[in-house]
Amino acid sequence: MKQILIISGKGGTGKTVVTAAFASLAENKILVDCDVDAANLHLILNPESQEVHEFRSGKTAFISKDQCCSCGLCQSLCRFEAIKKDTLSDKFLIDSVSCEGCGFCALACPSGAIEMKENLSGQWFVSNTRFGLFVHAKLGIAEENSGKLVATVKQKAKELAKKNNVDWIIVDGSPGIGCPVIASLSDVDCAIIVSEPTVSGIHDAKRVMEVADHFKVPVKMIINKFDLNEDMTKKIEMFSLESNIEVIGKIPFDKRIVESVSQGKTVIENGNQDLIKCFSEIWERVKKGFFAL
Amino acid sequence: MIVSIASGKGGTGKTTVATNLASVLGISCQLLDCDVEEPNAHLFLDPVINQENKVFTLVPKVDAEKCKLCGRCQEVCAYNAIAVFGKKHLVFSALCHGCGACQYFCPHKAISEEKKEIGIVQKGTKNHLEIITGKMKIGEAMAPPVIREVKKYIKKDFITIIDAPPGTSCPVIESVKGSDYSVLVTEPTPFGLNDLKLGVEVLRKLKIPFGVIINRFDLGNDKTIQYCENQDIDILMKIPFDREIARVYSKGSLIIDEIPSYRQKFLELWESIKIKARK
Repeated sequence: MKQILIISGKGGTGKTVVTAAFASLAENKILVDCDVDAANLHLILNPESQEVHEFRSGKTAFISKDQCCSCGLCQSLCRFEAIKKDTLSDKFLIDSVSCEGCGFCALACPSGAIEMKENLSGQWFVSNTRFGLFVHAKLGIAEENSGKLVATVKQKAKELAKKNNVDWIIVDGSPGIGCPVIASLSDVDCAIIVSEPTVSGIHDAKRVMEVADHFKVPVKMIINKFDLNEDMTKKIEMFSLESNIEVIGKIPFDKRIVESVSQGKTVIENGNQDLIKCFSEIWERVKKGFFAL
Repeated sequence: MIVSIASGKGGTGKTTVATNLASVLGISCQLLDCDVEEPNAHLFLDPVINQENKVFTLVPKVDAEKCKLCGRCQEVCAYNAIAVFGKKHLVFSALCHGCGACQYFCPHKAISEEKKEIGIVQKGTKNHLEIITGKMKIGEAMAPPVIREVKKYIKKDFITIIDAPPGTSCPVIESVKGSDYSVLVTEPTPFGLNDLKLGVEVLRKLKIPFGVIINRFDLGNDKTIQYCENQDIDILMKIPFDREIARVYSKGSLIIDEIPSYRQKFLELWESIKIKARK
């Protein structure tokens, strides 16, 4: 069983389009969406959920007004500026958005007025799709701990993959290089970077490449919308060559790709022969890469 | 006045709007790049950097001689960042949020704190515009402390434009918190609309007034416009999909410099933001 992750550094470069195309092309696989912040893959896969789980993570402090003696110790200890004084009542209040849930205030409060309450931070799902099983999640608005939710989703996918004896776990990643991306990278056999030929696209692709390298995950490169700026495309090809990274495909800027997304279809299902050929060749190179490993 | 540019989804044009708007305003204006995982604004503005400061968080340091292995630090740590295993204490600095509880509660005064570098903040200028960029170190997980450091540069009597990261979790909240107004940049595709709705929920939860800019508005469908009308959300600007704009962006230039008609459009955008923010 091989686990591949699609990442990009920058958002909007086409991770989900590529993941969905692989969903159409790969046999015997499980699909995972690790962009728990702003998940999109479900818009194409149209999942029917079989299991829904609550994701509880982290805690938030609450101050009981009756018990608060207004000493202000909590405010002086809190490093996240999450405690404010209510000028009317002279009591202290928690700004739940700023609270990091460390519990320092609750432990230190001399009158025992602060209680830590567990957050319901989101949900995660195991679903059926026309391409097989799909594990995905939804982080609540303004909730933290996306890395932990990513780890939960990936753990479940791995269990299901073992049970069902699948060949591929295909994971749609999140943008950036922080907590959810780092959590996505664990246990991955290969990370495929979807880049775009723009100054910012190259900058971000390089940064996420460094992250993958930091965690010792092998990398391959896809250049999306390569014909928007062919000079920039050459730059991506050059630094990939220098870093010993194989460019496994170049995807043209094509309105039919946007169309297929709007219809909730993968590029392969949309049926344009040129695009099918382009994505099929990419998938063949992914497979071939694993035989070479 | 603080105006943040956010989006839910990545790649919709936040940085394009933030850099062009800040540049057209120029004097007494600062641009804060709070997308510290992947800061991009400097690529379009090419500022002269005149100050660079490292960003640190505090992580615990245990004095082995004073430590009695009592395990109190482990008890009070909410993030499993410090532990006692047999006859050794261990610090997992990547998990530490720097709250300081362990050193406060250590009964033997064995814990002090040391600095750990997690990123840098660069201050620079381009013409009359001040640009502050936060950059997280590769391999670090926590963006909010770097964002908090960037936001310390906000000048009260300046117009501050904040380029926010994508998503809906901690880094976005930290970036847009305290804004007088937010602009959500979206694109009219099902992905864009899905993420716009999440962005709207974030701003409503934080009670920040906001409007929407639709980028590449002729590329998708009209469901985004319908959604904004139904939700009574102002559409501040529509930017067409135009290969010329895409080309200018791809090579890292500003639209207002290369397609001068956009200068007026961004000035008009600012006028409408000012009016809406006062309401």
